[in-house]
Amino acid sequence: MSRILVPCHVKGTVALQVGDVRTSQGRPGVLVIDVTFPSVAPFELQEITFKNYYTAFLSIRVRQHTSAHTPAKWVTCLRDYCLMPDPHSEEGAQEYISLFKHQMLCDMARVLELRLILRQPSPLWLSFTVEELQIYQQGPKSPSMTFPKWLSHPVPCEQPALLCEGLPDPSRVSSEVQQMWALTEMIRASHTSARIGRFDVDGCYDLNLLSYT
Amino acid sequence: MLQEESDLSLIIAQIVQKLKGSNLYSQLERQAWASLQRPEIKLESLKEDIKEFFKISETGWEKKLQNAVYSELSVFPLPSHPAAPPEHLKEPLVYMRKAQGSWEKRILKSLNSMCTELSIPLARKRPVGEQKELLNKWNEMGTDEPDLSLFRPVYAPKDFLEVLINLRNPNYENGDSLSFRTHLGLIQVPLKVKDIPELKECFVELGLNIGQLGIDDSTQVPPELFENEHVRIGQKVLAEQDSAAAQQYIRQGSPTALRAELWALILNISSQPEDVLYYEQLKTNVIQHDLLVDSLIYKDVKLTASNDDYYFVFEDYLYQVLLCFSRDTSVLSHFAYNSASPPKSYIRGKLGLEEYAVFYPPNGVIPFHGFSMYVAPLCFLYHEPSKLYQIFREMYVRFFFRLHSISSHPSGIVSLCLLFETLLQTYLPQLFYHLREIGAQPLRISFKWMVRAFSGYLATDQLLLLWDRILGYNSLEILAVLAAAVFAFRAVNLMEVTSLAAAEAVLADLSTLKVMPLLQIFLFATVT
Repeated sequence: MSRILVPCHVKGTVALQVGDVRTSQGRPGVLVIDVTFPSVAPFELQEITFKNYYTAFLSIRVRQHTSAHTPAKWVTCLRDYCLMPDPHSEEGAQEYISLFKHQMLCDMARVLELRLILRQPSPLWLSFTVEELQIYQQGPKSPSMTFPKWLSHPVPCEQPALLCEGLPDPSRVSSEVQQMWALTEMIRASHTSARIGRFDVDGCYDLNLLSYT
Repeated sequence: MLQEESDLSLIIAQIVQKLKGSNLYSQLERQAWASLQRPEIKLESLKEDIKEFFKISETGWEKKLQNAVYSELSVFPLPSHPAAPPEHLKEPLVYMRKAQGSWEKRILKSLNSMCTELSIPLARKRPVGEQKELLNKWNEMGTDEPDLSLFRPVYAPKDFLEVLINLRNPNYENGDSLSFRTHLGLIQVPLKVKDIPELKECFVELGLNIGQLGIDDSTQVPPELFENEHVRIGQKVLAEQDSAAAQQYIRQGSPTALRAELWALILNISSQPEDVLYYEQLKTNVIQHDLLVDSLIYKDVKLTASNDDYYFVFEDYLYQVLLCFSRDTSVLSHFAYNSASPPKSYIRGKLGLEEYAVFYPPNGVIPFHGFSMYVAPLCFLYHEPSKLYQIFREMYVRFFFRLHSISSHPSGIVSLCLLFETLLQTYLPQLFYHLREIGAQPLRISFKWMVRAFSGYLATDQLLLLWDRILGYNSLEILAVLAAAVFAFRAVNLMEVTSLAAAEAVLADLSTLKVMPLLQIFLFATVT
């Protein structure tokens, strides 16, 4: 399905911490990232992709556009999605992740703002975040075309003229020809990815030194 | 779920793309053309009729296709996220990629300096006289005694160990203060490794109540209890030619008579005339061009395999396999999932011009000290050079490459080292503490075993039983478990030593060890 990138503004991460940030010794385990869409009308969210960087759990809250009189409320659409099965080890720490509309807890139509809540309970990591955040909305469906009248309302077929004896049935011949054409198209479209196996350039393999780049 | 369906179709598309370039594809195509003569194939239902024809089991094609697909699934990683760059597929963690990059740079510098010091070109075309001479003595290259005193191996396992010891994650709390997660061993990266309950689940076929070759085929046990039946099942698996069944079967060990065929079935190697031709082509490449890497291979074989009591008879085979291996460009495809990258060079005088950029050596793998020991045990099983070559190449691109490149893969050498140290620390804490106190970190002793997959340290029949399990479980974790089991076995002696040298002496000779009882006791019979 097609998708369109929605330009978004990712605000700086805000750490949530109990007590005074300066005096407490531990590192924050919860970060909040706000994502706004300043130049876009409320849209239907299709997909969110990002690169993880040591975040263990992700929750997402969304504020949707409702009818004019009720104020927009924050709704949780993803709760504690696990990105790292073991928060103390490297598994899943730098993976690329996609989250889709059907994984969300609520309907994602008319999105105004997103709030990503990142949690990393392990004290072993110096920092954690998500990178390369991209939001996609549904792409346009294939444009509807108006068919010419003779395609959508074919003329009722006339009686075929009587053929001479010995000739094959034309409808059978035409279906066979169609299939052969389809086969030749398929063969033309496919190409092999086999290597040739030559390592030299025109028979020459005189090398000086290895290159560092 | 939508996501799983699209993942599945992506995997299918990837496998189809890979198989399109293979021998099997052209064979199937030829068969399909030939089958058009048959009366039951009609043009209207061409696709279905040909599919039906292939499914008939006497032709064996469905089985061959199944084996090929299974082989692809075992070797290639699943397709990654569309936004992920190709480096991510090689190695997801950025700091490990960087470490591998700088290690490779060091190797290149070392090779370049050897080149300039000895004034020997990296590669040159052999003059015709020399080509004829080499062709004549192809089968007895071991009798050659070239002067190799100026050559030195590019690196040895202990240099690589130093690199792994210094591996650090910049985002990890590496402070001096001891915390609950301080690594007391040499490896300081927090990779996920299995503990004994998870290993028990993973290696369930090695359990105490399941028959094993290596234990239940000893002379005291009557063969009717296990061995005869196991051999019978093995013959049946070979008759069916089913890769997946063979892989499951070999987890309990392979009878000596069936091992060569079973390994070939699991690795999906069948000696077609095309494969023999390909090997001959590689041989021609060896004869035409002389590489500096050849001298490194010569030196390595002379230093390691020729000095080994079990393997010196295979010296000539080793040259025939390793020299051809260096010229094989099909090995380059494994760099898609290997964190390493092949070294690049330019044709003399054309520095910087991309059309004249080549890989050196042609297969991208620079051998290190002990590399020939990966091939030596295989010489016991295969005597025909092209089949021996194919088996070695497949074993290398599936398993052995992970033992000398820095990656976070569960079968990579870094994970194996961490698994070994964690097992020892958790289940033999006194021994671990004692060895650490006397300055004999256990990994310093066991690293060389794991890098060589124990080749050259165990007796050959025991080594082959171990490699059976590597193939059966498609993972190298068993090497780390065996290393810990060896330490557990010699724990009493090790507790009395007072220096690294003495600890090395206790563990110097592993040739009398029986591998399967050690593994079984460590995994299933140790009180935890």
